[in-house]
Amino acid sequence: MTQTAPRRSLLAWWRNPWRKPHFLAAITWAYLLWALVPVLIAIQFSFNKGKSRSTWQGFSWRWYWGDPNLSVWHDATLHRAMLNSLWLAGMTMLVCAPLGVALALGLTRWRGYGQRPANLLMLLPLVTPEIVMGSCLFLFFTTMFRSIHLGRWAQLVGQITYNLSTVVIVVRGRLLTIGRDYEDAAQDLGASPAQALRTVILPLLGPAIFASLMVVFATAIDDFVISQFLSADAGSETVPMKIYNTLRATATPAVNALATVMLLFTLTAILLAVFVPRLLRRGTGGSSAVADFANLDV
Amino acid sequence: MPDTAVVDPAGVDVGVDVAGINVNERDEARRPRWLWPTLAAPGTVWMVIFFAVPFYGVMAIAGGRDNLLFARRDPIWNPLQWHTDTLSSVWQGIVNGEFGQPFLRTFEYVIAALAICFVIGYPVAYYVARYGGKRRGLLLGLLLAPFWISYLMRMLAWVNLLQDDGYVNDALRHLHIVGHPVDWLDGRPYTVVLGLVYGYVPFLILPLYAALDRIDVRLLEASRDLGVSPWRTFVHVTLPLSRQGILAGAAITALPMFGDYYTNTLLSASPRTNMIGNQIQQAVTESSTRGIGASLVIVLTVLLTVLMAYYLYSSNQAAKEVR
Repeated sequence: MTQTAPRRSLLAWWRNPWRKPHFLAAITWAYLLWALVPVLIAIQFSFNKGKSRSTWQGFSWRWYWGDPNLSVWHDATLHRAMLNSLWLAGMTMLVCAPLGVALALGLTRWRGYGQRPANLLMLLPLVTPEIVMGSCLFLFFTTMFRSIHLGRWAQLVGQITYNLSTVVIVVRGRLLTIGRDYEDAAQDLGASPAQALRTVILPLLGPAIFASLMVVFATAIDDFVISQFLSADAGSETVPMKIYNTLRATATPAVNALATVMLLFTLTAILLAVFVPRLLRRGTGGSSAVADFANLDV
Repeated sequence: MPDTAVVDPAGVDVGVDVAGINVNERDEARRPRWLWPTLAAPGTVWMVIFFAVPFYGVMAIAGGRDNLLFARRDPIWNPLQWHTDTLSSVWQGIVNGEFGQPFLRTFEYVIAALAICFVIGYPVAYYVARYGGKRRGLLLGLLLAPFWISYLMRMLAWVNLLQDDGYVNDALRHLHIVGHPVDWLDGRPYTVVLGLVYGYVPFLILPLYAALDRIDVRLLEASRDLGVSPWRTFVHVTLPLSRQGILAGAAITALPMFGDYYTNTLLSASPRTNMIGNQIQQAVTESSTRGIGASLVIVLTVLLTVLMAYYLYSSNQAAKEVR
């Protein structure tokens, strides 16, 4: 190709279908900067020396533990919110594990009346806006089912209901890729159905179960709407609620510090969810459970 | 998605006669019918009690009666006795009354935010799916990162940046674009819309990425080899092939936006930007207006049923295709 006129070569460059997608690359990296840099700046301000959350005044650990009254370590309302969030996420995980795994196994293998409605009921929380679920459960606990009062136990019930489908979807995805061969082999060799389930299927599902629980932990710890609707008073305030309640009022960088600490918990859970199954399943290939989760939306 | 499923995932065993024994029959015999329903039972019962019953309860409250003596709302459980006066007064309020503005505003905000989400999200998903190359893992990790950062923390980040003396105003003044600080957080609709975009665009990018990633590159090459320009290839090949991702992504992004009330509380804190979510949250939690709140929840759910049903249907179809 000999193109001398610069204008023609520019046109040729534009028309060349094999040219490098610089424009798309620029949009993508600009998007990622826009998505992540504000959060990094919020983390930066958790180390601010002064009281401002918008003007940098130098580095300090003041809002983590330095300040005797207002830091995360010393302010009782802040670390209570943290403990509430951790308790809620941990308990949600513990209850969702057996309930969700059993439901996944049951719904995948059960052929008969009731399987389809049960399956639909399991899927509905994925598409129901949180405000609808939150309102329904709030009215349920305040006007109908008064033996559970608003507060941490109601919040726990709400989080379990909201997160159960996640466990089912991730575990079921893995179950479908495993197929029935191993189970059949076990039974051909004389195992009972329950034995085959316990000694063959559950170990194979291990990585997926673990990953789904980490995802549940990360979701429950960050959830705001359902926890807020079902909270009773300051005693059941979680971290996202604490941010919501103080952000436009009297917040200090201690709120940024609290959010940063929680982010560390969430990221730890997610990194464990990505890497532990990969270690456990080394060599056997297959997609990671977080990728399964990413494909929830398929 | 793994494409190595060797066993028919529907679990339908093809009966093969081996030495006179029907394998299918034998399988059925050793898989007792009770095992799987029993395993599914606890979770299903849980969902019935804490998901289906509360939803029915909301209808019972919307159709119930105000108890003036105790200043509360009494549910009526028999659907034949439901009163429709609260629901119809709420509907009147939406058509030409106090709820009209927030409803209209919600639709405007959601549509505007969704349009901006597509302008940002489609190129990003396209780039990662087609040109991710060696960096694909890194890019996907970064795209997923916002999911694991608390929504409230992401809003906190913007509230800090948009303060009078925040970095955004500093930058704008430094560049002499504005003379004095802009009150971004003072009831401005575009701040709320951009907040919604910031909050929910990751939910759109993932399904778009999944759909674009599935497109066979050979189809695009064929189009190019036949002399079609890149733009027309995009319009006539890529775009139609990513239709399912576009619709599913739009549904899963719009659903939470319709129920959002915290984004505008944090970013504007003014009744001028109130959405349906704010009305519901106020009415439901106030004990004297619970009937109205329950009716608003029902109206919102009915409006969103189409989106919800479409999303479930399309993800079911996609799952079948993958298998």
